[in-house]
Amino acid sequence: MSFVSYLLNGISLGSVYAIIALGYTMVYGIAKMLNFAHGDVIMIGSYVAFVAINSMGLPIPVAILLSVAACTLLGVTIERVAYKPLRHASKLAVLITAIGASYFLQNVALLIFGANTKSFSSVVKMQPIQLAGGQLNITGETIVTVAACIVIMICLMAFMKYSKAGHAMLAVSEDGGAAQLMGINVNGTIALTFAIGSALAAIAGVLLCSAYPSLTPYTGAMPGIKAFVAAVFGGIGSIPGAFIGGILLGVIEILGKAYISSQLADAIVFAVLIIVLVVKPTGLLGKQIQEKV
Amino acid sequence: MAVLEVKNLGISFGGLRAVDDFNLEVEKGQLYGLIGPNGAGKTTIFNMLTGVYKPTDGKILLDGEDITGKPTIEINKEGIARTFQNIRLFADLTVLDNVKAGLHNQKEYIYSTLTGILRLPRYHQAEHAMDERAMELLKVFDLDGEASYKASNLPYGKQRKLEIARALATNPKLLLLDEPAAGMNPNETQELMDTIRFVREEFKMTILLIEHDMKLVAGICEKLTVLNFGQVLACGETSEVLKDPKVITAYLGE
Amino acid sequence: MKKLSKTTKSSLITYGIVVFAYIFCEIFMRTGHMSSLLKGILVPLCVYVVLAVSLNLTVGILGELSLGHAGFMCVGAFASAVFSKCMMETITVPTLRFALALLVGVVCAGVCGVLIGIPVLRLRGDYLAIVTLAFGEIIKNLVNVIYLGVDSNGFHVSMKDAMSLQMEPDGLVIIKGAQGITGAPTDSNFTIGVVLVLITLVVVTNLVHSRTGRAIMAIRDNRIAAESIGINITKYKILAFSISAALAGAAGVLYAHNLSTLTALPKNFGYNMSIMILVFVVLGGIGSIRGSMIAAVVLTLLPELLRSLNEYRMLIYAVVLIATMIFTWSPSAIGFRERYSPAKLFHKREKGVQ
Repeated sequence: MSFVSYLLNGISLGSVYAIIALGYTMVYGIAKMLNFAHGDVIMIGSYVAFVAINSMGLPIPVAILLSVAACTLLGVTIERVAYKPLRHASKLAVLITAIGASYFLQNVALLIFGANTKSFSSVVKMQPIQLAGGQLNITGETIVTVAACIVIMICLMAFMKYSKAGHAMLAVSEDGGAAQLMGINVNGTIALTFAIGSALAAIAGVLLCSAYPSLTPYTGAMPGIKAFVAAVFGGIGSIPGAFIGGILLGVIEILGKAYISSQLADAIVFAVLIIVLVVKPTGLLGKQIQEKV
Repeated sequence: MAVLEVKNLGISFGGLRAVDDFNLEVEKGQLYGLIGPNGAGKTTIFNMLTGVYKPTDGKILLDGEDITGKPTIEINKEGIARTFQNIRLFADLTVLDNVKAGLHNQKEYIYSTLTGILRLPRYHQAEHAMDERAMELLKVFDLDGEASYKASNLPYGKQRKLEIARALATNPKLLLLDEPAAGMNPNETQELMDTIRFVREEFKMTILLIEHDMKLVAGICEKLTVLNFGQVLACGETSEVLKDPKVITAYLGE
Repeated sequence: MKKLSKTTKSSLITYGIVVFAYIFCEIFMRTGHMSSLLKGILVPLCVYVVLAVSLNLTVGILGELSLGHAGFMCVGAFASAVFSKCMMETITVPTLRFALALLVGVVCAGVCGVLIGIPVLRLRGDYLAIVTLAFGEIIKNLVNVIYLGVDSNGFHVSMKDAMSLQMEPDGLVIIKGAQGITGAPTDSNFTIGVVLVLITLVVVTNLVHSRTGRAIMAIRDNRIAAESIGINITKYKILAFSISAALAGAAGVLYAHNLSTLTALPKNFGYNMSIMILVFVVLGGIGSIRGSMIAAVVLTLLPELLRSLNEYRMLIYAVVLIATMIFTWSPSAIGFRERYSPAKLFHKREKGVQ
């Protein structure tokens, strides 16, 4: 039974990664940049929810909405101030700017909230479900996280497939210049993508901190990188890919922790990424692009 | 004997038959033209000749030796050099260094990485010899004055010439030129024709070129092969091929 | 005498700057004008310069993004520290011991570079970046769980704990898992650091201006064209990557021999370190060796000089990063610079006089 419960924990953590990875894969698809600040948006979202619940005493749904709104605004602002002026600059310049944005957010959080770990109280008030005569315990967090992840993925896929804005995103990520000539508002589309990505980051942050309640200014960094790993794993730009990548990553991490070594769990995750990329350089569901001679 | 002999060459991409049953024979010192409408498979043939694509069937013989399916580097060492339709220079290197990069595998200039790092006497000697050889080549193309420029700062026409100079630096038996006159104005094209002729005489070079500019083709090519939808439509002396009604139809429509 | 070429002159200037800075620092130190804080930072400065210059070989010259440079530094640091600790009694001349340790660290890191380079250099761009980051993290994590001991029967390795090494009573535990290596000799000093910086500069500069360097840069500028003129892509990519890794290993050796306790923390060997080195390279100017060196020094000193600002210093650092990038790259900033550059203003005035 312990295997099944580890598996469930893995799926739960994986769902958080998947939510972050969904946002990451969209932002990456459109901005073609390693957005190192994405993880720190998660952290800011968690702090906002933390303050709203613990200091302001707001009800949980309002706190989550506030967190989502704050992150959306933050994501769009970062894009506008730091990334937009560099739209046609070298990739490395944008990467360094993203790193700068990441340092900036971490240090702002450090100034406001201090380096001390804050104990985040779970936003999920659901009772755990006991199965198999009490041997298998499914926490409320697990159920809510997995459900949220699936709902978000379906909504995103529908959005990309049926909405005009979704089509615009596809067009911009394929060829920004051509999209502009076709009358698509490229800047608006990119801002919208950052808004969605950051809103998802806020949700992921709240769910992550509900399951793993310690919150510091550096909480977001590793999940941010792992989410990118998950997105690469599944094939960058693919929504189902990010979902599958996220879940697999979570499961591998938790099972690795349980059965091999808790210190090596991250190393195992990264090793699997390397193997996947060496065998299939575009990830599990990624498209092969060949350079024309 | 033919420098290049291609027998029944064909390639499929998935279900698409891009080139089918392609035959070609280029004699030493010949200036041979490969023409055809867009999408006929001309560049695909160049890519097979230089090992970028592996042919599905057929054989490529260079000086009688089978080079079919060999990797690009090997084929270059065997003696085929090329230029590209969309110019591919080493943009951030100097004009001189572009040519020196072309001398990379020439025996008389090879030295080890360690020799380079330690700047042993061999390094100075080889680099000096390379500089001389590269300048010689640049002079042929009237680029010696721009030797220290960054390649990307050259005007378009000169970039095309530099690409040819770089290809020649690898000391090939056969030179493939992929649309050398693309994007050039009539004056530049005229100048290019003279240069190509000069290269043939000076280096006793065999040249196979793809071109859309009929003036250039008619002006310098001795023989032509016309390609349409991946198949040979006509082949022979330039003047005769250009009169062939099938060729005229393929180019101008019914 | 033959006239010096432009590139030779430029590299001589770079070496000159290092020698001058060294003499300058030595004078200040000897006359007691240097604060202990600054004294303590001299060797780390050399470490960062070596790291930045060597990473520039991968990022600027080879044109591939690597985020795992700290991993190679980690390999060099630990391999050499193990060597020095084992040889503490056998070799008593510190400089000789350091030279041999340097060789061990460089070779180990270089071999790691080859082993990692072979599978990953097929990937490109951000994929390569994330995989090198992954490798760096794996190396750091592995070092944290390794226990290594030596006794009369030879070496013992375990990944559990010191007990499971099952050593004879005369045994000595060298690496104690997350506690790392303690009590290794601190053989490095500022002079050795500067010598290492000079060696790194000479190696990278000479490499860039050789046949090999030309091949590497040709691959960077146009892979397909490089192949078409007979340059072996895989060979030169791996060569550049592993030389870069070996030099990072050298930086690791210097780092390890400046400390009495060596542990692998996220702060010194994690991806944050790799990113910091990348920041040096990009801010110094991609491909500019002298730039990397200067950026490494300035950006290491900057937070130290801002120490009085305390908690705001990293915030300022972040703003400086973003502002520099926007000022260098954004179209409006470029326009602004062109309009108000000193040279241009001067030019205008000249015209006005006419």
